[in-house]
Amino acid sequence: MPRTMPNLSRRAFGRLALASSAAAFGGALGSGYARAATPKGDPIKVGILHSLSGTMAISETTLKDVMLMLIAEQNRKGGLLGRPLEPVVVDPASNWPLFAEKARQLLSVDKASAVFGCWTSVSRKSVLPVFEELNGILFYPVQYEGQECSRNIFYTGAAPNQQAIPAVDYLLSEDGGGAKRFALVGTDYIYPRTTNQILVSYLKSKGIADEDIMVNYTPFGQSDWQTIVSQIKAFGAAGKKTAVVSTINGDANVPFYKELGNQGISATDLPVMAFSVGEEELAGMDTKPLVGQLAAWNYFESIETPANAAFIKQWHTYTKQPKRTTNDPMEAHYIGFNMWVQAVTKAGTTDHDKVIDAMVGIRQPNLTGGVAEMLPDHHLTKPVFIGEIQDDGQFSVVWKTPALVPGQAWSPWVAQTKDLIGDWRQPIACGNYNSATKTCLSHKHA
Amino acid sequence: MRKLGLACLLAALCMGGGLGGASARADDFSGLASPQFDDVSASITALAANGSAQADAALQALETHHLFSGADGALFIRAGEVCQNARTGEATTCPEEGLKPVRVNNRIRKALAGVQAVRELSAQQPAERIKAAETFYARHDAAFLPALDRALSSEKIPAVREKLMQAHAATVLAQPPAEGAQAARLKAVGFLADVGGLEARGLLAGVAANVGEAPEVRHAAQSAVSRIDWHLRIWSVLQNAFYGLSYGSVLLLAATGLAITFGVMGVINMAHGEMMMIGAYVTWLVQQGIQMTVPALEPFALLIAIPAAFVVCGGLGVVIERCLIRFLYGRPLETLLATWGLSLVLQQVTRSLFGPTNIAVQTPAWLSGSLALGGLDITLNRLAILVFAGLVLGGLMLVLRRTPLGLQMRAVTQNRRMAALMGIRTPKVDALAFGLGAGLAGLAGVAVSQIDNVSPNLGQSYIIDSFMVVVFGGVGNLWGTLAAAMALGMGGKVLEPTIGAVSAKIAILVLVIAYIQRHPRGMFPVRGRGIES
Repeated sequence: MPRTMPNLSRRAFGRLALASSAAAFGGALGSGYARAATPKGDPIKVGILHSLSGTMAISETTLKDVMLMLIAEQNRKGGLLGRPLEPVVVDPASNWPLFAEKARQLLSVDKASAVFGCWTSVSRKSVLPVFEELNGILFYPVQYEGQECSRNIFYTGAAPNQQAIPAVDYLLSEDGGGAKRFALVGTDYIYPRTTNQILVSYLKSKGIADEDIMVNYTPFGQSDWQTIVSQIKAFGAAGKKTAVVSTINGDANVPFYKELGNQGISATDLPVMAFSVGEEELAGMDTKPLVGQLAAWNYFESIETPANAAFIKQWHTYTKQPKRTTNDPMEAHYIGFNMWVQAVTKAGTTDHDKVIDAMVGIRQPNLTGGVAEMLPDHHLTKPVFIGEIQDDGQFSVVWKTPALVPGQAWSPWVAQTKDLIGDWRQPIACGNYNSATKTCLSHKHA
Repeated sequence: MRKLGLACLLAALCMGGGLGGASARADDFSGLASPQFDDVSASITALAANGSAQADAALQALETHHLFSGADGALFIRAGEVCQNARTGEATTCPEEGLKPVRVNNRIRKALAGVQAVRELSAQQPAERIKAAETFYARHDAAFLPALDRALSSEKIPAVREKLMQAHAATVLAQPPAEGAQAARLKAVGFLADVGGLEARGLLAGVAANVGEAPEVRHAAQSAVSRIDWHLRIWSVLQNAFYGLSYGSVLLLAATGLAITFGVMGVINMAHGEMMMIGAYVTWLVQQGIQMTVPALEPFALLIAIPAAFVVCGGLGVVIERCLIRFLYGRPLETLLATWGLSLVLQQVTRSLFGPTNIAVQTPAWLSGSLALGGLDITLNRLAILVFAGLVLGGLMLVLRRTPLGLQMRAVTQNRRMAALMGIRTPKVDALAFGLGAGLAGLAGVAVSQIDNVSPNLGQSYIIDSFMVVVFGGVGNLWGTLAAAMALGMGGKVLEPTIGAVSAKIAILVLVIAYIQRHPRGMFPVRGRGIES
């Protein structure tokens, strides 16, 4: 972690530069705070599009809170371009069509300069046409299935090659148990289906035979896992080292892990690698029977860096809950928000087109070390960590990628997209550019 | 050993020379301080062979997360603020900084468990030796063969011997066939064929498919596999039947309360799920309260939560009936909207009070784990819910048939005016009946908190299923509710292994709809003069 220190000071420098420019804008009016002028003028509106009610409220409420915290801090530092930031919070209520309606409202009525929001892929797919039609900016903070690259969306969560592929690499390695047989278990919707499609093709390329891969899907909110867990158990008893890759979503995880524990499956016999289980989900579980089960993320609360410690402290102070956990999508919003601030400062305006062009190449230190860079395909460079669940509900990092992994919008492991790249810089300026035929396909491909 | 001695010598020289080359301090311990799991794992093997008190202490500390590495490969066992040099065992002061816990991952945990099992092989208690033999059976790792041979040569107790022989057979078969090992392997196949079970089947199938194996061994393995398969198939039918019963009992519990409020009273109660949710939160509150006041009672918190949830939810039900439902009798559409609104209010109130995230309801130790019954694997929490559902239904039957309240309730639902003329205070009976239904939902909440996650959304995942059970079974008939819950549970679990969970859910819905089309009053319609058409 020695790289963190210069990064931090660079950030501190940026903060200073920002504050002084704000002071220049605002004149000598800055009274309340010594380090920054009080922002004035028309507020810059920042939309927050996260469900505060319904099934997704459990995950998304936290992201709304973290955005409010980041905006409040930015205002304390002197706002942006000398103007105050104003959060506009709407509640799409875990209702996908309502996401599109609220997005339209944020863009055309509130004139939001940027929107931070969505969690599920289906909500992102439902707002995407709105953002493209009205030329808005959306920061999407959750790990997802990839195969999408919109000019109006910045994907600050992980693409499959930044989570799923390294996770499977770990399971195949000796440290991860050297698995030769894989059960891919997921909730039945787009993210698990696409991720599993990529993983099956990747595993085959690693010499795993068809009969050694089991794919199983369950409905949303599945609560009776008896049959499926016993199927997995039988699948794992074929004499080869077996691992489970879980793309089970949200609430269904708790009964799944409870059933695993009750049927006596421990992580040393049958490790489960999860892509959607974070600190937040573990908060509702007794983790003692789960010790050693795995998760792959780009951020863990337990990673010790000065930046992460400061972030956690700020979060506890802001929420007044000294035990509230932090998680991966929160860090993604932290990076995305700071990148947007940098891009607006660089462009000198909140004009959407100018900010979108300014975003590519912006660098922002991660909370866990290393620097995230916004790539031409609107994805980030990210470190990938594998964590094991501990009995205190936290993760202990057991493996990380040697270098930062650049996000790939289009998976090279899917036949239809293996030649596609996204590059929103001139002259290509295309989200699905076929590098073999040198043509730009329409958006319909996604 | 000589290599080790040389390393020690080198280390001593370096230290003596003042070069400070700590990395050269290569002893059995040094791998523990390495960031590579390879080194840690090698060190564990070396320490296990070493066998000194310090080595054992270090392994123990590693397992319990008390082992820390400092600068220059120094190793400490830390308990609170007290440190101990792991190599020498002498007490030292903990270094101010740079102390990092030695990381443990699944690979290390597995290596430690292996060391532990080898140690248990020479334990006094036969039970511990059996446990060790079972570990070796499951692992069938060639590295443990010498230890198994040693144990077999000295073991006297037949039961332990049996287990050791099984472990030995499994380990032998897991290795690739060697010249002249045919007889031993044939014997091992015979052994595993008698053991049966999934693991034995996996190993035998591997042997049967291996072309390098001698033909008669392969043949014996093949016939053993088909025999085990036959056994497994029977057990799996029984196992599936248990899953079906268990799923059915959850549905039954969830629907019993609704069978009163909707079935008997005719109130379309959309807030039924929220009563379950409140029951689950009461369970959590009771657990928290007991944890803080009388920790000794903690294992029984769940039992105390049962009456608490019934009283809280029942009381709330009476209040709801008095303040809302009683104005809406005979207006089903408005009842539906009002109770649906009420369910949203209750969810949001819970969300504001306890937060939107899941809360952790503890499962007591006596409800964790499973019971092996022949080839059956019966999880204790599911079994408890099955029994609990039976008790609740039985209790409810008793209340309805044998108490004045039950009599009055039946009288009021069959003919309200006549009952009123007979001097029954119908408003009071209505309130109590609704309270009873809500209290039953609270009981279901206690049970569900043991298998599902507890969040403000809990109720929504049960409301549809509950209505389905009550309607399918026949509104107003408790036996119908029982039959419908079990039919839906069994049906789902029979379909699930073959067509998958998603399609099974769809198929069940389609079947129920088709059935209701033909028999609108469900499986067991209530007949009688008092029932309005």
